[in-house]
Amino acid sequence: MYPFTYHRPDSLGSAAALAGSADAKILAGGMTLLPTMKQRLAAPTSLVDLNSLSDLAGISVAGGKVTIGAMTRHADVAASEEVRKAIPALADLAGWIGDPMVRHRGTIGGSVANNDPAADYPAACLALGATIVTNMREIAADDFFTGLFDTALEEGEILTGIVFPIPAKAAYQKFRNPASRYAIVGVFVAQSAAGVRVTVTGAGENGVFRVASFEEALAKDFSAKAIEGIVVPAEGLNSDIHADAVYRANLINVMARRAVEAAR
Amino acid sequence: MSATGIGASVRRKEDFRFITGKGQYTDDVNRYGQAHAAFLRSPHAHADILRIDTAAALAMPGVVAIFTGDDLAADKIGGLICGWMIHSKDGEPMKAGSHPALAQGKVRYVGDHVAVVIADTLDQARDALEKINVEYAVLPANVATANATQPGAPVVHEVAPDNAVYRWAIGDEGATQAAFAKAAHVTKIDLVNNRLIPNPMEPRAAVGDYDSGNDAFTLYTTSQNPHVARLVLSAFIGIAPEHKLRVIAPDVGGGFGSKIFIYAEETVCVWAAKKVGRPVKWTSDRTEAFLSDAHGRDHVTHAEMALDAAGRILGLRVHTTANLGAYLSTFSSAVPTYLYAPLLSGQYAIPAIYCEVDGVYTNTAPVDAYRGAGRPEATFVIERLMEIAARETGQDPAAFRSKNFVTSFPHQTPVIMCYDAGDYPASLAKALDMADYANVPARKAESARKGLLRGVGISAYIEACGIAPSAAVGSLGAGVGLWESAEVRVNPVGTVEILTGSHSHGQGHETTFAQLVSERLGISIDNVSIIHGDTDKVQMGMGTYGSRSGAVGMSALSKALDKIETKAKKVAGFVLEASAEDIDFKDGKFSVRGTDKEIDFASVALQAYIAHKFNGQDLEPGLKESAFWDPTNFTFPAGVHICELEIDPATGVTRIDRWTAVDDFGVVINPMIVEGQVHGGIAQGVGQALHEGAVYDASGQLVTASYMDYSMPRASDLPAYQVGMTQTRCPSNPLGIKGCGEAGAIAAPPAVMNAITDAIGHEDIAMPATPLAVWRAIQKGAQRAAAE
Repeated sequence: MYPFTYHRPDSLGSAAALAGSADAKILAGGMTLLPTMKQRLAAPTSLVDLNSLSDLAGISVAGGKVTIGAMTRHADVAASEEVRKAIPALADLAGWIGDPMVRHRGTIGGSVANNDPAADYPAACLALGATIVTNMREIAADDFFTGLFDTALEEGEILTGIVFPIPAKAAYQKFRNPASRYAIVGVFVAQSAAGVRVTVTGAGENGVFRVASFEEALAKDFSAKAIEGIVVPAEGLNSDIHADAVYRANLINVMARRAVEAAR
Repeated sequence: MSATGIGASVRRKEDFRFITGKGQYTDDVNRYGQAHAAFLRSPHAHADILRIDTAAALAMPGVVAIFTGDDLAADKIGGLICGWMIHSKDGEPMKAGSHPALAQGKVRYVGDHVAVVIADTLDQARDALEKINVEYAVLPANVATANATQPGAPVVHEVAPDNAVYRWAIGDEGATQAAFAKAAHVTKIDLVNNRLIPNPMEPRAAVGDYDSGNDAFTLYTTSQNPHVARLVLSAFIGIAPEHKLRVIAPDVGGGFGSKIFIYAEETVCVWAAKKVGRPVKWTSDRTEAFLSDAHGRDHVTHAEMALDAAGRILGLRVHTTANLGAYLSTFSSAVPTYLYAPLLSGQYAIPAIYCEVDGVYTNTAPVDAYRGAGRPEATFVIERLMEIAARETGQDPAAFRSKNFVTSFPHQTPVIMCYDAGDYPASLAKALDMADYANVPARKAESARKGLLRGVGISAYIEACGIAPSAAVGSLGAGVGLWESAEVRVNPVGTVEILTGSHSHGQGHETTFAQLVSERLGISIDNVSIIHGDTDKVQMGMGTYGSRSGAVGMSALSKALDKIETKAKKVAGFVLEASAEDIDFKDGKFSVRGTDKEIDFASVALQAYIAHKFNGQDLEPGLKESAFWDPTNFTFPAGVHICELEIDPATGVTRIDRWTAVDDFGVVINPMIVEGQVHGGIAQGVGQALHEGAVYDASGQLVTASYMDYSMPRASDLPAYQVGMTQTRCPSNPLGIKGCGEAGAIAAPPAVMNAITDAIGHEDIAMPATPLAVWRAIQKGAQRAAAE
């Protein structure tokens, strides 16, 4: 690890001011950032630790929406009775992230802001049509995830919370990388008044994406059988030693069918 | 059997220390004034070093010194050695390329050692490392095992222009050809035994210290055999004479073979301690461990088995290319030769065997012994062949094995080994019963109803443990003897200190060795301490590997205890005023036969030291004995493992449903510890079969250099094991012990692969059978079926 300046601001305003300086990094749970720094693969000049901003953590359910503060730990989302009642798929997803250490330190805001192409939360945000709230504005999930580790967040902009509309039914199915246990393919299926959304994480060259062919078929007939014969093209999918693009394409179909069957 | 004697499942004495964080590992050792070493490692698989510029790095804060291969050469520090000479078929000695601890002019694998920075702190050393400027001329890399000796392949060492370390063979080629000529059926297979990275929980570490007052070195290091490390560092590398070099291997957190070897890092740390006048410490990080710990396995094999019309095996011929990596590690040459081919007979009576092994250099990390070392590779060959031969000839795999079992002992195989005892049908019968083998068809049908593929695989393994008779291995090229030593020091109050050359790094010696003492002397294990891992305390010993600590190390202890008993009877005779011949020793009490006169062990110990009751000319005071035990034969643990699994054809995911292990380890000291060894071994064997595999890309970069890509088996990947035992006493050592440390890792891979191929209906799948590999194999099978 290289030397850096550590800040622990006690207000969102000062956090934003500090985060605006060059080469500053925001520290939430640190489950990606700190290992990267220890490996000397990242060298921020300063860290802005949000862990004193207790207002940023918490869960509320009202008006057909689940609102989760950016600093809420995965373990708290997984254990939340309110979340489990409103969007059980979201509680399941949180409970399947990483290992107990990661779930107790890692945060929803950190995960969404980092937009790791194999992270789980982006699939939920996109499938549920969530709204990403920052210290400056509100961003629709559709506009938020812009590429590998890339989002619509500007310099110094701090993600403060995420608002999930409650769907009629939803489910998340995850096929884990046997080594890292990240998603090789994670499929989130959500059915709501606005229609059906099917999103995939872990597989796409540009991160999370929607599968239009599945969505159309499921809008007509929300059943596993409706998508059984629909082949997802392998083009644009990742290939590595654990899964090539053809295998990932197969897994997208399998996981989507299982998600449809599990949706509640 | 006493409550803490042989056969008792005593809880491990050492665990309190370990689970309360009180263990003392090498990284816990901090010497006054120590500096920290960081190694600059080659980013290239193969390159000439044109220039190393250390000026900028030397100017960095806290830097004490920077050394390169030139500095080692200037001090006449020798290269790392390989201690087992193998001769090729044509009589040529193996071609050992030089292996300097820091590269001299050339790097040969990614992770090879280019320079060392020694600084006040580790971070300073790492900062300075980035400022060393090395100019490389990158050369094409020789990576793939199967292609290593192809014409035009990049040459790793000039001494071996075709990259062959040796082209070795064993067995009778003519007799084997004759056997195949009269075969009614020949089964053929091509196999890859995947390269593994050991991954002990504790990474390697070293602290070198130099005492200028006594001109003496101390090396703290993560070693399975500290005396062997001292011998090599003294006699071959030339750090210091043995009496001026103390090697201490304190608590060691797992080795699996990878800590047998003498590596560059500890060599440099102990040498540099004198150069810089300060203790020098290095602890591997996990990435360094992936890159530079000696890897295991990595064979490419073609094998054929000849059968007669009645389904009896007539002969076996095998050709293996064994990847030894970029340099010959300490015992690497022996692993794919004498630790491999002599086990190819398995549990079977095979009249003729011929095996050729080409050991090859590549631009990859050195490959050496890893849990099982050669025996898993042999078992994989023979047990995959047995399964396929049974399938091809329409025989039940269990019945086919039964028909070919060795049933009378001693049994001389065509490949060196003479099996001394065993009952293979007994283990098979028990395993089939425990596995409910009869109802496999019903369970397969039930799985099919759920859309899943169920398979069952048998593995009947044998291993050669208790390594090894010194004269025998000497005749095969070993540079050392493989006996073991023990010393028993009885204190005046009757407590006992055992000093053993065996080294415990997870095996539980502090418990099991104490159990033997408890059994023999009738004292509590709480009154016994086990001392190991320090060359200044313990006399010369050979260390722990090859499942040898019980069979060899405890045999040495048993022999020393015999001497203690003999001496103590003499002492008791003086005290009880009787002849030593009339003294009986039982349950910790010495008694005069036919009388009620008796004295307990502790009192005899005291009498031995106060020496009031005997004349110094009749008997020496004290009660301390030592012994060396050289085995008369290898030991031959054997058993049957049965794996039953379900595959989800939609994803290729394999779930192991049942695992039955029936092992014959001879006499068992502590069944709980033995069962734990079986569990751990199976986990590593399942790891090889389903998860683990080192992958180098074509340029020689290690793709699987972290846990993000190298998949280790987790608890949730493994079933609840059903472990059973059969027992035939080993006739080749006084305790009847065979050894248990490697069995699971040897038995498991073919059991898993036989089950997977049973489930998917064809043989065309290699380890590791990851979900991707299984799914592809299922697709391939479906395409073939469609084509037919």
